Amino acid sequence: MPRFARNDGKSPPLALITRAKNALRIAAPCPRATALGLVRGMALADARALVPDLVVADANPDRDAAALAQLAELCLAYTPGVSVDADAGLILLDIAGATHFWARPGDGDEEDAGSEAEARLAHDAVTRLDAAGFTARAGVAATPEAAGACAIFGGDEGDIGLLPIAALRLGPDVERALARAGLGTVGALAARPRAALAARFGALLTDRLDRLLGAIDSRITPQRRLPPIVATARFAEPLTHADTLRAVLRDLAGELAAQMEKRGIGGRRFAARFERSDGAVRSLAIETGAPTRDPALLDRLIAERLDALADPLDPGFGFDAVLLAATRHEAMGIDQLTLEGGVSGQDSRAAALAELIDRLGARLGPAAVQRCHANDSHIPEQAALALPASTPRPRELALWDVPEAGEPPLRPFHLFDPPQPVEVIAEIPDGPPRQFRWRRTLHHVTRYEGPERIVAPWWQGPHDAPDPPTRDYYRVEDAHGRRFWLLRHGLYGREAGQPRWYVHGLFA
Amino acid sequence: MRITSSLPLTKLRAQLDAILPPAAGEDGVRVGFGCADVDARLDGGLPQAMLHEVMAASADDWPSAAAWTLLLAARCGDARAPILWLTDARRRGGGIAALYPPGLAELGVDPARLLIITAPDGAAQLRAAADIARCRAAPALVIEIATPLRQLDLTASRRLLLAAEASGATLWLLQRDPHPRPSAAYSRWQVGCAPSAPLAANAPGPPTFAIKLTRHRGGIAPFSLTLEWNRDRFAFARPAPLPIIAPFPIIVAAPASAQKPESPPLPGARAAVAGGRGMGPQLAWLRRAA
Repeated sequence: MPRFARNDGKSPPLALITRAKNALRIAAPCPRATALGLVRGMALADARALVPDLVVADANPDRDAAALAQLAELCLAYTPGVSVDADAGLILLDIAGATHFWARPGDGDEEDAGSEAEARLAHDAVTRLDAAGFTARAGVAATPEAAGACAIFGGDEGDIGLLPIAALRLGPDVERALARAGLGTVGALAARPRAALAARFGALLTDRLDRLLGAIDSRITPQRRLPPIVATARFAEPLTHADTLRAVLRDLAGELAAQMEKRGIGGRRFAARFERSDGAVRSLAIETGAPTRDPALLDRLIAERLDALADPLDPGFGFDAVLLAATRHEAMGIDQLTLEGGVSGQDSRAAALAELIDRLGARLGPAAVQRCHANDSHIPEQAALALPASTPRPRELALWDVPEAGEPPLRPFHLFDPPQPVEVIAEIPDGPPRQFRWRRTLHHVTRYEGPERIVAPWWQGPHDAPDPPTRDYYRVEDAHGRRFWLLRHGLYGREAGQPRWYVHGLFA
Repeated sequence: MRITSSLPLTKLRAQLDAILPPAAGEDGVRVGFGCADVDARLDGGLPQAMLHEVMAASADDWPSAAAWTLLLAARCGDARAPILWLTDARRRGGGIAALYPPGLAELGVDPARLLIITAPDGAAQLRAAADIARCRAAPALVIEIATPLRQLDLTASRRLLLAAEASGATLWLLQRDPHPRPSAAYSRWQVGCAPSAPLAANAPGPPTFAIKLTRHRGGIAPFSLTLEWNRDRFAFARPAPLPIIAPFPIIVAAPASAQKPESPPLPGARAAVAGGRGMGPQLAWLRRAA
């Protein structure tokens, strides 16, 4: 497993390093590096002194664990009882009762046949992992601890007594203490009286020892994936009628809801799959804003989605099977009703709104329903974010500016994106606008306020790039009473020779 | 004098009550303008659970009409009730500006109340509108029609009206096209902008609307007036009469004893005192900093 980086023998020695206690240490040397004397935990400086041409790379325990989990999936072929010990880099298989597949007629009596089959299984697993690009070692023993020790330190189940103390995995302090006491192997330790050992090193040591020796029966906790939440209806005769299809979907939704209630979850994403008798398969998906397991709601959403299909569901010669699955789900508690029955008024309105959002999302697409969130930016067009209403608010982004009492609105009601260019006549180039022409209409400015200067984010972008132009905003009102948000892009003379003017927004 | 004992008439009334939908406002609630003058004219405000039509006085008055509608929709229901804004994706192509949430906050409407729904085309928009109108979740729905919608005829608007009556939602049909079309709306308004009352240094003042009631099914005679939005009171108000802007700054230097203490300050006094050109921005900034 990831304990040793792999090496084909031609490339220079390789080691994975990790930062431990402010020092770079070897996490996993390759076999060639091991042969040159590098061991796990050695400081990188020492390793470089030994092997000057050592190639190092950063260890990534997370990806190691992910790779191990993936390999564990592969091992599900042998037994459903698979678990992963990521610290030790072990995949533990519970093969009790799973070896008969590997038995052969020529094997000896029952006892021998069992161990032969186990050995064949282990060999097959190692070969498979080797084919997948991993060097693996197998150990077969009565307890997971013993099997793990056999795999790591080599040896057979019968040789457990010969394994070093490190097989107990009690940490370097205990190992050193035991070594000082002259106890070098598991066998030597097992020969000592337990009571004295427990008094000196704690009950953990005797417990580990018993597990390793098989005196205590221990089991693994298999990482079993829960079966998917799916309800299926198969028909003896192909189904063609739309109403019957709806009724079937309603039943499936009820079945799905019962499954989800049992597990205490609610679905966020559902998929329906329609298998036609001529082999064509049509699937569609619906999403909800909050986890749900209400069959009536599910049924309505599916109906909504079916109605909204651009090309309607063509039954052709009929459907053979219909599947409904919850493809994404979240934990969901049991609905608590108020004492009078039903939910409270505020909740019912919120629930009705959530359902409405889901329904509109099912028909118009989830991105069609949006909620506004404040964004922490002083650049006007970046001050607001519109996010789909069905996604839960990721985090409180920012708060809206609270206007001061007595102030007129300082931000427009409508914003143009991008700003619309206008021709402006000002008395002096960096003065307020006197009149401007926008969309072929001339507007005379009667009132104005400004400029409100908004400096572009100069801290963004490369160091040597010129700063983006500064913006000067004016609130102006024309003779008809129309209020505009005019923008002069760039400072006259300093940033732009002849700054451009734009209408960026319209006030009410 | 009221006839109370006439049996046939009471019977007829009872029969009519059973047939006719409840007259709007009698048992429902009304959305008022928060301005005593207008509310008195409208018999307490516009009935909720109805369809109201708002048209921009001209295409250039679109922001005013949209803001006026949003403010009335925000006054429906409580201060945290959602406002649904149903728009059409085709709007984006026409060079028409989009709602700007910080601008809503500046009007005193929490942008978190707003839920923007974008339909791909007019037909989908009408269908979504009918769906929302039937739902009890939202007290107010604004249907923004930026480009004239052929499908929105008398039947379609009647359908919306019936849905609104059944669910209690107040629907606002906001049209950019200034030409009225047949509709079943309870009231029809024409909204445009109006010059605002200037602030210090001749800065543009609060949002000011020129509104015109053109049709009212309750029999209220058409009228037109100017309203200004007061964010701090979250209500509309009649603006103070516009000050006379003098061509030159007039500084009234009267001895303190000569001025009557109870006389109100001249409306134009603030503007007149601060009338020096070039001081404008600085004063505005001072005002903002204060």
